[in-house]
Amino acid sequence: MDKWQDNRAWFLVLPVFVIVAFSALIPLMTVVNYSVQDIFGPGETVFVGTEWFKQMLGDYRLHDALLRQFLFSGLVLLIEIPLGILIALAMPKKGWGVSTSLVILALPLLIPWNVIGTIWIIFTRPDIGLFGVGINSLNLLDPPFDHTATPLYAWITVMLMEVWHWTPLVALLAYAGLRAIPEAYYQAARIDGASPWATFWYIQLPKMRGVLTIAVLLRWMDSFLIYAEPYVLTGGGPGNSTTFLSIYLVKIALQQFDLGPGAAFSLIYFLIVLLFSFIFYQALQRVGKGEKG
Amino acid sequence: MARIELHDITHSYLRRPKKESDYALKKIDDTWEDGGAYALLGPSGCGKTTLLNIISGLLKPTTGRVLYDGKDVSALTPEKRNIAQVFQFPVLYDTMTVFGNLAFPLQNRGIANEEVRRRVREVAEILDLTAVINKRAAGLTADLKQKVSLGRGLVRDDVAAILFDEPLTVIDPHLKWNLRRKLKEIHEQLKMTLIYVTHDQIEALTFADQVAIMVEGEIVQIGTPQDLFENPAHTFVGYFIGSPGMNFLECTMEGDTARVDGAVIPLDEATAALGRKANGKMEVGIRPMYLDVRSEPGEAGVEATVTMIEDQGSYRIVTLMLGGHILRAKVPEGKPVSEGTAWVHFPKQWIRLFADGRVVK
Repeated sequence: MDKWQDNRAWFLVLPVFVIVAFSALIPLMTVVNYSVQDIFGPGETVFVGTEWFKQMLGDYRLHDALLRQFLFSGLVLLIEIPLGILIALAMPKKGWGVSTSLVILALPLLIPWNVIGTIWIIFTRPDIGLFGVGINSLNLLDPPFDHTATPLYAWITVMLMEVWHWTPLVALLAYAGLRAIPEAYYQAARIDGASPWATFWYIQLPKMRGVLTIAVLLRWMDSFLIYAEPYVLTGGGPGNSTTFLSIYLVKIALQQFDLGPGAAFSLIYFLIVLLFSFIFYQALQRVGKGEKG
Repeated sequence: MARIELHDITHSYLRRPKKESDYALKKIDDTWEDGGAYALLGPSGCGKTTLLNIISGLLKPTTGRVLYDGKDVSALTPEKRNIAQVFQFPVLYDTMTVFGNLAFPLQNRGIANEEVRRRVREVAEILDLTAVINKRAAGLTADLKQKVSLGRGLVRDDVAAILFDEPLTVIDPHLKWNLRRKLKEIHEQLKMTLIYVTHDQIEALTFADQVAIMVEGEIVQIGTPQDLFENPAHTFVGYFIGSPGMNFLECTMEGDTARVDGAVIPLDEATAALGRKANGKMEVGIRPMYLDVRSEPGEAGVEATVTMIEDQGSYRIVTLMLGGHILRAKVPEGKPVSEGTAWVHFPKQWIRLFADGRVVK
């Protein structure tokens, strides 16, 4: 029997294509267009081929920013994922504590990103900030703590801010994953005499694989694209010590108005994020799933 | 292996139970013999799983004690009690191989590798898991998974009892039979105490030597399948075991007879004597297969109206109205029955009398 065909279905899918075209494809193609041209003004453009790509790939400041970015995102994953899991494990399982802790955890996620930067500027100021004044009153640090003074202090402040801001997301995801484990698994573990560590390693962690994959991908992408908070907090300084990729990109594209190199930079940036997201996804899907002897 | 005694067990999920209905278990007082295959049968929500979890130590009863071989284990954790439990849904350690799963309970108890390997191989052999021993447990079919979780109980040779909590729920019907037979085989081979919770009477009756019937937090009878069928101690047992269940007719006692809506059913003397002594709501009970439906009155026939005849293949279920009561009779193929008036005979030896739901004695 022939299948009854009706191509009118395409009309129903059309709106999605239009939205995707205007929201993603056309803007992206504009960037591709810019990246291969030298732009002097409206209508005055010269085709330059791969020159901007060569220039950007050879730019030592981009290399430095990229290394900083890898260090930053690497630290973010190394700290936030285990910390988030620990928090989720420690959270209450029933009673009033559940909603209370959920609300407290969710608070940092509700604050606008540039406000977060401002909060942390005030929080860490050595003259009036609770953290700055508090830590300096201990007289342990030499030189005294000031996030604008040394690259180390700037990094510590940016990391603290990032961990404070985003670990709750990991904790919420991990908590959801933990709550979804049926009670029978814990009962079986008790009957089999499993230690708390074995219960975590063989039951809880494998059962959280799905949510943790999402957590790793989200934190990877978000931290790799981070802009507003460090821009407000440190402005990329002192020197260039906290100039991450996006801060450098904005400097090239919007402050120096080098649209061509900026576009080439954007595409390289985009491909790096995409590539690493793909690698993480594949790796996490495979962990503990392949056949072993 | 152990003999399990339950002394005055009650359990409530509330912190301060007040009324009787607050209790999920109302006074359980029973002994489960060493090496027996027991089934705990009852409708959903009657407290079967609660009782099972109390035996295994996953739950602490509100009152009462649990004894294994005469030793009080009430305060011990499940792993100290040395119990194994198979759950409704297969519970496996997904990241481990079948071997890893089977070895896990032994490794946790610090048993030497050599011994672990020997035990695991033995159990895999018994359960026909040798072919998949190096496969990852997550990829197995539901019945194999259930076998692996059973295997985790069997590897410990010192295990006191293996408890099953409706283990065949997720298994395909044609595999259920295989798995049930396997269980029976293992029991005959290893002679361990098995307690099997189910709401499926066929499962219970084919698996167990002794079946305990639970209803509303009470064990109303423990007996062999034949015992439960022929001598139900409680109207619920009569109703729950057998298909269709036992017929119950409210009656009053009159000499050596029971009177049901004007109809007179003769009883044997002993039963009638017990009936006259009993108080409360009286009922006559009889299994559908023992009712004799005839087209003439004969001697002591009770007039009734046939309202429906269902052909079940090898027999027929005949529904009759006796006064205001519904009676079901199981009639062999070939015996003539027609709709309209019929006479029902109640063979004296199969009539049971119940007072307030419990058999008179």
